[in-house]
Amino acid sequence: MATETLTLGKALNTGLRRALENDPKVIIMGEDVGKLGGVFRITDGLQKDFGDDRVIDTPLAESGIIGTAVGLAIRGYRPVCEIQFDGFVYPAYDQIVSQVAKMHYRSRGKLNIPMVIRIPFGGGIGAVEHHSESPEAYFAHTAGLKVVSCANPQDAYVMIQQAIASDDPIVFLEPKRRYWEKGPVDLDAPLADAYPLHSARVVRPGTDVTVLAYGPMVRTCLEAATAAAEDGRELEVIDLRSLSPLDLTAAYESVKRTGRAVVVHEAPSNIGLGAELAARITEECFYSLESPVLRVTGFDIPYPAARVEEEYLPDLDRVLDAVDRSFGW
Amino acid sequence: MAKGDPGGTTRSRRAAPRSRKSAAGNPELVQLLTPEGERIESVIGPDGIEYRVDFTDEEYRGLYRDLVLVRKLDAEATALQRQGELGIWASLLGQEAAQVGSGRALRTQDMAFPTYREHGVLYCRGIDPIMPLGLFRGVDQGGWDPNEFKFNMYTIVIGAQTLHATGYAMGITMDGKTGTDDGEAVIAYFGDGATSQGDVNEAFVWAGVFNAPMVFFCQNNQYAISEPLERQTRIPLYQRAAGFGFPGIRVDGNDVLATYAVTRTALDNARHGQGPSLIEAYTYRMGAHTTSDDPTRYRIASEVEAWQAKDPIARVKAFLEKQQIAGADFFAEVDEQARRESVHLRERVLAMPNPEPVTMFDHVYPNGSPLLDEQRTQFSRYMESFEGSAH
Repeated sequence: MATETLTLGKALNTGLRRALENDPKVIIMGEDVGKLGGVFRITDGLQKDFGDDRVIDTPLAESGIIGTAVGLAIRGYRPVCEIQFDGFVYPAYDQIVSQVAKMHYRSRGKLNIPMVIRIPFGGGIGAVEHHSESPEAYFAHTAGLKVVSCANPQDAYVMIQQAIASDDPIVFLEPKRRYWEKGPVDLDAPLADAYPLHSARVVRPGTDVTVLAYGPMVRTCLEAATAAAEDGRELEVIDLRSLSPLDLTAAYESVKRTGRAVVVHEAPSNIGLGAELAARITEECFYSLESPVLRVTGFDIPYPAARVEEEYLPDLDRVLDAVDRSFGW
Repeated sequence: MAKGDPGGTTRSRRAAPRSRKSAAGNPELVQLLTPEGERIESVIGPDGIEYRVDFTDEEYRGLYRDLVLVRKLDAEATALQRQGELGIWASLLGQEAAQVGSGRALRTQDMAFPTYREHGVLYCRGIDPIMPLGLFRGVDQGGWDPNEFKFNMYTIVIGAQTLHATGYAMGITMDGKTGTDDGEAVIAYFGDGATSQGDVNEAFVWAGVFNAPMVFFCQNNQYAISEPLERQTRIPLYQRAAGFGFPGIRVDGNDVLATYAVTRTALDNARHGQGPSLIEAYTYRMGAHTTSDDPTRYRIASEVEAWQAKDPIARVKAFLEKQQIAGADFFAEVDEQARRESVHLRERVLAMPNPEPVTMFDHVYPNGSPLLDEQRTQFSRYMESFEGSAH
């Protein structure tokens, strides 16, 4: 078994390389993805090895990246589009929600748009404005799109390949603050036998409270769980992985066991994924709940200046505080 | 006609905007059939290309038949809307020549990306004219197979399809399907209002940069709902192409022969690897934008009358008569066919069933979604809970 220790970014790069090797219809397109290898180097070396027809440096136009990818998909290609930063996706928003998401439906299944839209998302890297946002709720709200997020190198490697192989259009959210974190990656992991793309996963079993997170917050929640264990509380941490559709089976099963749930995400709380999870868990697990489903999120403000982002972002202490509140009910 | 660079003049201009007349009323356009029905043998366009057509009598008659049929079917759809059988209709009245000329210029292998008004092009692609009526009646969202007919779905968001067309054209290049007579090309339809959209300008950038085998076909029908051309541009639209690095040309959009000649040339250039071009078909929307607006609020009768004198069908008829290519029997036979087909269309529209409600859950995702499946099941149970329900 070829298990290597890779950063999450390198795992994505390796997964993209594998997808390019396996299917000649896969193409990567975006700003600076070629010679530069992307601003985060996620596509490093791919243009050199696969040519500028497969790894395309595009004009600086986000709507153009997504809109032309729609046409390429109709033509039979499988475009993997890179949006350079979360805050730059909005010029492409119309193409994503009005065109990419609806083509299959409008054509009554005659057209497939097997596209992956990669977006480095979230904060924590000290960036200037428009470089640290969490736009997942916009896309999760749109029927026709699937939205996923990886949280560790193994998932990054597998999920990007699964997303590219899927005929569904997928918004693929990469936790940019975790790009440089290392972990083991089984390079031979067969895609079909791995966790399906749409499934949540218990990443730390526990008995006292269910903590639901995705992307960059999974690690934060695992650290909180380690700290809580020292205080004698066992947190069960679930990495949702799929944000649309949500894999609720794992969440329900867990909450019915623990009786408590805390949802953690960086995005603002108002109308966010936490609200959906709280509503669903309340409907399904009402008689099992010992306390209300609580949320730990960013605030309902534009993403703030970098010097205060540590206060904006949910951290270990805020997660533990929510766990305390859950028990204090 | 001025020869020279494809964008026309490049002299510097003063800051003051041009009057509408000089911006939109530029008479320099490719024309092969005058409003009086006089044939012009050939024309050297501002791009230096000689435009001509060489049709047989049968082909001339065929073009006339197309024009009359699409006008009649369009009129039938407008009537159906007025009677409450369609929710809304976007009429092509006045634009028949632009659509039939360009539509007939397409080769079988070419792909078209329309807006929601290209009923004439759709007809030329061999698609049953009832197909768009499903969309406007609200029973589906357009039922034809884009791959089978090489005619994509109608696109309602203005200009979005020009990017799809550009991407598709890039795919043609990547597939190595250019450079020969049987190479493929793409045509993207849009209106004068769409030229203000970011997507259209991005499509121009991409098509130029990637030398995409495509034709941007702008039907300048002078109005974007109520807004006249001078709200979209201060230069003639075809001149925009020069700024993106490819040729632009203006054609008399009410002249089916010139529209055919210009489009065929541009498509052939594209399929041979010479990249994109922009055609501005200078025409006029004789009716409302859709059946929901009232054009008397925003344009004057004398303008409409002036365009009536340039009618795209009358001039072909005059030509056919003068040249004795067709006579009264032929015209009567075409009218009768148009009447028959429109009656047939009407009968079929009235018989169009509503979709089964549960089918609204179909085709959201190629691979399905567990939450959606659950919602569909709940909906079905709910509908079945009504005793004696037909659902």
